[in-house]
Amino acid sequence: MADKDISRRDRGGDVAGGAGGPEHEYTSLIEPKKGIGEVLAPAAGFGVTLSSMFKPTVTEQYPFEKVPTKPRYHGRHQLNRYPDGLEKCIGCELCAWACPADAIYVEGADNAPDAQYSPGERYGRVYQINYLRCIFCGLCIEACPTRALTMTNEYELAGPTRRGMIYEKQDLLAPMGEGMLGAPHPMVPGTEDTDYYRGAVTGPVPEQIDWVAQWRPEDATLQALRPGHRPQGSGDRDTSSELAEPMEHGQPAEVDASASQGRGSR
Amino acid sequence: MTTTTPKPATPAATSAPAAGEVTFTIDDVEVSVPKGTLVIRAAENLGIQIPRFCDHPLLQPAGACRQCLVEVSTPDREGNLRAMPKPQASCTLEATPGMVVKTQRTSAVADKAQHGVMELLLINHPLDCPTCDKGGECPLQNQAMSNGYATSRFHDVKRTFPKPLAISTEILLDRERCVLCQRCTRFSDEIAGDPFIDLQQRGVRQQIGVFDPAVLGFAGSDRAETYRGVQPDGTPLPVAVGQPEVDPRGPVGMATLDTSGRAFASYFSGNTIQICPVGALTNAAYRFRARPFDLISTPGVAEHDSNGAAIRVDHRRGVVLRRLAGEDAAVNEEWISDKDRFAFTWQGMPDRLTVPLVRDRAEDGTPGELRTASWAEALEVAAEGLAAARAAGGVGVLPGGRLPLEDAYAYAKFARVVLGTNDVDHRARPHSAEEEAFLAHHVAGSRMSVTFADLESAPVTLLVAFEPEDEGGIAFLRLRKGVQKNRNRVFSVAPFASRALDRLDARLLAAAPGTEPEVLDALGTPRADGVLAEAGQALDASAIILVGERLATIPGGLSAALRLAERTGARLAWIPRRAGERAGVEMGTLPGLLPGGRPVTDAQARVDVAAAWDVERLPAEPGRSAGEILAAAAEGELGGLVVGGVDPVDLPDPALARAALERVGFVVSLEVRASAVTALADVVLPVAPPVEKAGTFLNWEGRPRPFPQALTSTAMADHRVLDALADAMGTMLGLRTVAQAHAEIDAIGAWDGARVPAPAVAAAQPPTLGEGQAVLATWHQLLDAGRCQDGEAFLAGTAQRPVARLSPATGAAIGVATGDAVTVRTGAGRIVLPALLTPMPDGVVWVPVHSTGSSVRPTLRVDAGAVVDVAAAALPAADVEAAAPTGRRAHAATTDATTTDGEVL
Ligand code: SF4
Ligand code: SF4
Ligand code: SF4
Ligand code: FES
Repeated sequence: MADKDISRRDRGGDVAGGAGGPEHEYTSLIEPKKGIGEVLAPAAGFGVTLSSMFKPTVTEQYPFEKVPTKPRYHGRHQLNRYPDGLEKCIGCELCAWACPADAIYVEGADNAPDAQYSPGERYGRVYQINYLRCIFCGLCIEACPTRALTMTNEYELAGPTRRGMIYEKQDLLAPMGEGMLGAPHPMVPGTEDTDYYRGAVTGPVPEQIDWVAQWRPEDATLQALRPGHRPQGSGDRDTSSELAEPMEHGQPAEVDASASQGRGSR
Repeated sequence: MTTTTPKPATPAATSAPAAGEVTFTIDDVEVSVPKGTLVIRAAENLGIQIPRFCDHPLLQPAGACRQCLVEVSTPDREGNLRAMPKPQASCTLEATPGMVVKTQRTSAVADKAQHGVMELLLINHPLDCPTCDKGGECPLQNQAMSNGYATSRFHDVKRTFPKPLAISTEILLDRERCVLCQRCTRFSDEIAGDPFIDLQQRGVRQQIGVFDPAVLGFAGSDRAETYRGVQPDGTPLPVAVGQPEVDPRGPVGMATLDTSGRAFASYFSGNTIQICPVGALTNAAYRFRARPFDLISTPGVAEHDSNGAAIRVDHRRGVVLRRLAGEDAAVNEEWISDKDRFAFTWQGMPDRLTVPLVRDRAEDGTPGELRTASWAEALEVAAEGLAAARAAGGVGVLPGGRLPLEDAYAYAKFARVVLGTNDVDHRARPHSAEEEAFLAHHVAGSRMSVTFADLESAPVTLLVAFEPEDEGGIAFLRLRKGVQKNRNRVFSVAPFASRALDRLDARLLAAAPGTEPEVLDALGTPRADGVLAEAGQALDASAIILVGERLATIPGGLSAALRLAERTGARLAWIPRRAGERAGVEMGTLPGLLPGGRPVTDAQARVDVAAAWDVERLPAEPGRSAGEILAAAAEGELGGLVVGGVDPVDLPDPALARAALERVGFVVSLEVRASAVTALADVVLPVAPPVEKAGTFLNWEGRPRPFPQALTSTAMADHRVLDALADAMGTMLGLRTVAQAHAEIDAIGAWDGARVPAPAVAAAQPPTLGEGQAVLATWHQLLDAGRCQDGEAFLAGTAQRPVARLSPATGAAIGVATGDAVTVRTGAGRIVLPALLTPMPDGVVWVPVHSTGSSVRPTLRVDAGAVVDVAAAALPAADVEAAAPTGRRAHAATTDATTTDGEVL
């Protein structure tokens, strides 16, 4: 391709310069109106205004009224759970890898017998999404091998601090669904991680509930699963109002049971 | 059928190949390669990538994975090309004249065969890439994409294994992911000689592993426990390898013992992780920590020993997460020791110093607490204190033996120019005047007279006071390669045959500590007999004599080594342990040596260096050695000390060192982490660890090993801090940057004047031993209680267990059998260790210098060659607990079986 003349531009996109050089005067590309049109031109704009007055209004009274998004709108991410409450995320970092904006940061860690957060060997210990970087392309969702990461329709993602816009794991974890048991707790006895993927686990089993009752009797999810269970030390406090309180962003990722329910409300 | 070769390259048709060359065709390209070249290598040279798993250029061909199949035709006797009936493994196939090879690029047969093999390999592969540590840098992932089908026809239940198993505290094995390529076992067998894992079982159950009835599912054995990990704060789970919950020797527990009583641990086991082409072998410290795309890789040089192995430092957000072996054919090939690979946490420990510290003194001189200070204040206080100390008797400088050459040079210049003294000595270990003369005579300025390549090619190597594995690291691998490949012979003057010597097939010239000179002098003389005569005959001009730094402590040892080298013509090389020893010798951090190996006593040398440094004159008197500096400081003769990276327990007399630091008027410490020295210093100036600075190590060969700065950091290298300190004292050092240091070092150049004469020190008389007495032999184990291995519990677990070695007769005399506790005692203290009866000279006891539970210098206050009392003892409670049978891995130190047939009692 030696005969093709490729000459380098020696100047960048200089705005003042323009393509034709600085001397050219401005000329409108819109043809000037002639005759009666020219006379009425100053008032023509009112025509648009007047005709709009009789059209249906499109103004949304945000934030007083929230209009639902389309169902597949790409909103804030969510880290989902299995029906027994274990987290789906295994900390594999594939979402971070897929992210074109480098908005996701993940660190994995070992699940342990006394701290099993997700089925299998590995869980996501640190999970952060920087919403100042995220472009909501959804590539992370496609990358996720466990369907842990999905997107909600929540779009109210603004905040006064940069730090607060980095959502931590507890901000992104799905709320506890019906019948879920707060993690960490052991897997359903006799199952493996593949059983979880295949949907063989449909909810917590008594062994898991007993385990949580033994090690974290204060866990709020026990209430629903064990009618009559009285969380230690919580007295007559209304736990549901506590649950409804939104989490503050930018807090250290403390993945204990109460934090994981931070956004929970049924 | 598919062999359609339009124009067969018959041997006659080709231009006559050079002798020993073979001409053949790959993918229609004609190549000439040396005879014996494997087809896969020849293809590589052409840039043709054939997929492979088991093939590794430094390992013997195995043909285990069958991924590298290619279509091959060879000419028959008439010269007609005949296709081989089936695709051939190119990694085991040597090129022959006229052969026609078609890879997957030109042959549908080869391509289909490779796809088929890949499909077979993946049948039982778990494909749990999201949880697999290899994900993202996995040859199986990559080649499944490039040379595999997108879908599998296998719809059945995969074979599974419990996973992962902890082979040692550091190495984890996931057998499901293994493709049975045997790279790991071939490495362990061929390179390291530690076959701690091997192939087991047959057929679909075939697996890699350690011999463990529980894992192999023998009838009646318990079910194997799998590794259950650690929590992010590093707290391991007690069930990890079935270890006792609290192990006094390390938080992760110890490597388990095999039936020969050896720990399932190898100093080189980390290499198997790196060469495993899948995620079957992973390591506990890096487990689930990161993905390759997180990591920023910087080439580096290992700082733990004097080999200068090339490494790769991988870090994320300013934290080093792992180190890998770098490739350097001239030095470490592709292997590094586990210490080089895993011991990097020390550089980022919580006790890292980041700001200068200053100690205020009350009116009456009582020292107060260290407090933080600005650099300006700390430098000013240090400058004033050093100026006062210089006036009050002078200042001694102890740079420590771990410095790159730029820093060593700065210390050498700082001592002479700013402090006006030759009292500078980097030898933070037992040393002698004889050694200094040896270094000045033989080592300084002797550039690369012996190299790693020579270790491989020299037909005979004699080791003197040098334990090749513990003190040599990868130098041992080169020696072993020579033994395996070239049938080289190794002789070793040592008290007993260590495991390393066994693996070198070395002949032992047994010598009690102190008798080495005698043995060396006897070599090649008529009075030698047996193995001495054999060694004497073998030593000639092609031989190499390797001496370790320990020979310095044996009076007459280095003199005898020099004599032996002279007598036989053999080349003599000195392999110290620490990374900075050679740089110290070359840069002049010795009391009698100036940079470039110039003797202080030589007026011309002083004039040279004074001119280069732009000073009127240099101190003419040779200075004090490290021991003398400390003694003088303790006596109050010296006014102050400047101390670099020195740990007092490494010094010949730690108590004296402590006394010196306490009594001397003023101490400036340049340290990376808070240490026993900084605790007593008046001014502490923080300096950068190797990952946070650029520099050049000089390895034992004398080969410069430059390394860049891996982490962004504000920490300053020693040379820069010394430059600022000199500035504060009103002197220009001119060593702010590495480039300035290099320019000066180059300008000074090497010394071509007269060398220091060879030392001629007479050997000491062997001591007479009373009843219950023995001569102490001791050296450092590679993995021990050193501060540079701090913070890496998984690595600590693979260390050899400390034992006291005695000959069967000595053991019998004090009533100790293998496994019994034995006390080694001096007036200063005692060490209690399990005994291990070993064939060795009678009346000698060996203990490790500085392992957990065996810290010779601080406890006994003596060194090798001293007479100590040995007696039977009860193990301390903690050891007994650890040794008590607490499960399946119940063999702790006390049941360390031995191959000795001299069982007593
Ligand atoms: S969200 Fe999905 S892709 Fe991201 S780390 Fe977790 S499991 Fe992996
Ligand atoms: S070894 Fe490779 S292919 Fe197998 S699970 Fe690990 S990353 Fe995936
Ligand atoms: S463990 Fe890795 S290196 Fe060893 S045989 Fe299996 S795949 Fe090969
Ligand atoms: S690379 Fe040839 S058989 Fe494995």
